[in-house]
Amino acid sequence: MPEKISLLIVDDEASVRDSLENWFREDGYAVRCVENAKTALQLLEEENFDIIITDIKMPGMDGLEMLKRVKSLMPEAIVIVMTAFATVDTAVQALKDGAFDYVTKPFDPDDLSHLIRNASRQITLKAENIRLREQVINLENVEDIIGDSDPMRDLLKEVQRVAQSNATVILTGESGTGKELIARAIHANSSRRFFPMISVHCGALSESLLESELFGHEKGAFTGAVYNRKGRFEMADSGTIFLDEIATISPKMQIELLRVLETKSFMRVGGNKLITSDFRVICATNRDLKQMVDAGTFREDLYYRLNVVNIRIPALRERTSDIPLLVNYFIQKFCTSMSKSPVTIEKAALERLQEYDFPGNVRELENMIERAIVIGNGKEIKVRDLPLSKSSNMTTVESLDELEKKHIVFMLDKYEWNISRTARALGIDRVTLYNKMRRYDIEKPE
Amino acid sequence: MNLIRLISLGYFDRQLLENVAEDVSACFTLKTETIVHFHDLEPYYDSNRRQYDANRLLAYIEAEFRQEHQKTIGLVSVDLFIPILTYIFGQAYLNGYAAIASFYRLQNELYGLKQNNLLLKDRLVKEINHELGHCFGLIHCYDPLCVMRSSTYVEDIDQKSKYFCTKCQSHL
Ligand SMILES: [Zn+2]
Ligand SMILES: [Zn+2]
Repeated sequence: MPEKISLLIVDDEASVRDSLENWFREDGYAVRCVENAKTALQLLEEENFDIIITDIKMPGMDGLEMLKRVKSLMPEAIVIVMTAFATVDTAVQALKDGAFDYVTKPFDPDDLSHLIRNASRQITLKAENIRLREQVINLENVEDIIGDSDPMRDLLKEVQRVAQSNATVILTGESGTGKELIARAIHANSSRRFFPMISVHCGALSESLLESELFGHEKGAFTGAVYNRKGRFEMADSGTIFLDEIATISPKMQIELLRVLETKSFMRVGGNKLITSDFRVICATNRDLKQMVDAGTFREDLYYRLNVVNIRIPALRERTSDIPLLVNYFIQKFCTSMSKSPVTIEKAALERLQEYDFPGNVRELENMIERAIVIGNGKEIKVRDLPLSKSSNMTTVESLDELEKKHIVFMLDKYEWNISRTARALGIDRVTLYNKMRRYDIEKPE
Repeated sequence: MNLIRLISLGYFDRQLLENVAEDVSACFTLKTETIVHFHDLEPYYDSNRRQYDANRLLAYIEAEFRQEHQKTIGLVSVDLFIPILTYIFGQAYLNGYAAIASFYRLQNELYGLKQNNLLLKDRLVKEINHELGHCFGLIHCYDPLCVMRSSTYVEDIDQKSKYFCTKCQSHL
């Protein structure tokens, strides 16, 4: 964040001032409080504040009168008016006189935070527009995306390009390639970054659960629902919604989703009020959606709606030069979180990692390093700490037959080609073992 | 050496207190101490709002338990409010000694969902870590997974982790 945004709070009640001050300080704002309009106006002559929040009913000059004076002095000022008793008249008057917004006490925590973020966004975007004209932007919040290889550079360039737009993005890539990280990077570098990015893992939810998750429900919608529950689309208002594993949603949800994407509005379950929400959609899949469209399992209209920008995330085996960087990054990360002093990795182990083809991609590497730190000697990660031993030098495409053959040879080796002992260890009789050896062409080496 | 004290006020499940203390201790890599404090909450009840006054409770905790090199968080099972807000999950003195958190609105049952004790514990740990983070001087963080991200409703809490991001961690 650039410089702190400054707030001036004007209220005659000490408890209101203190509560607001505490709340906004924790939110990272610079806060000043005064107890009446006169002091506020005096202070405003000496000092600049980005946002002014004022009560209406105060002894002496009231908030509406102060609003008018502030606006005549500083037409750009953002003034938010609060009141304990809302009347339509005062609200209309306040907005006519140039108030940024009008709120009734006590507020919903969420409304307050939304209100203030809206105001801050207006301020920072204005400042940013000026800066943007002067310099090239760099990506922020991409510290967790590790890699210096050409495919990764291209990917980050792409992220930078799409972050500026509001277009729907679909991320494709094998599982474990870090699709959510890329989605976060796009969000964090867009003008929506002051609002949340909400993730939904579509594959993990049943159809009925997904509906309530996405759209929320009204209190009393069913037994026990004492409070309203916001759905993910509502939570993502002004922000981004990330729909992971989009290929897994049912035909019914595909229609619902298409409708919401087009209208940007929906109703909570058990509700009758149409809620609108301004969200950007980023979705991800490890499947070939086009193929699913051709096979009739994914709606074509939804496909075209989502597939505006398609970003492919490279598999780890396509960027093996990044493996040393990633290994170091994960060592740092896990040693810190386990409160261990940093370990190193022996050269042979690193080489073996670069030869491996990582069907589970970065996540698999991450798990391997975590495990190696747990089981290792606490100083250096060795080849034996990695689950890459010779006998299990396997890829996921290996068939069961191939595995069985390898295992039999391994066991025969272990028991020095003694058929009885090997058969016993394998839990089969000698005849079966001979048959399998014939079938797989296994012969004792000279 | 810093110490974190978790104090339950009023009715509070003992096992839950112990369980969250363990998690909080791991996240901060600091020792925690749990205290069951039989303090009557009735004087903090506001019959107009049918909620408990978090400002006054927090002031009480700070007055009663303030100690150098210690951060104290009071845990309650009742619904908390402050005058300007309809409810709060918790609050803290920024850079101070005391904080307070409630698990009342963290319970799935209140939203018509199935009771889930594991989720409840997880949410409470996040809420405690967050408020204690404020006691250690941390302000809200934009990292989506960082526990210092501001969460104003319960589904929002589920989106973040119970851990501090590297940047916040380095300020602890
Ligand atoms: Zn906070
Ligand atoms: Zn943080």
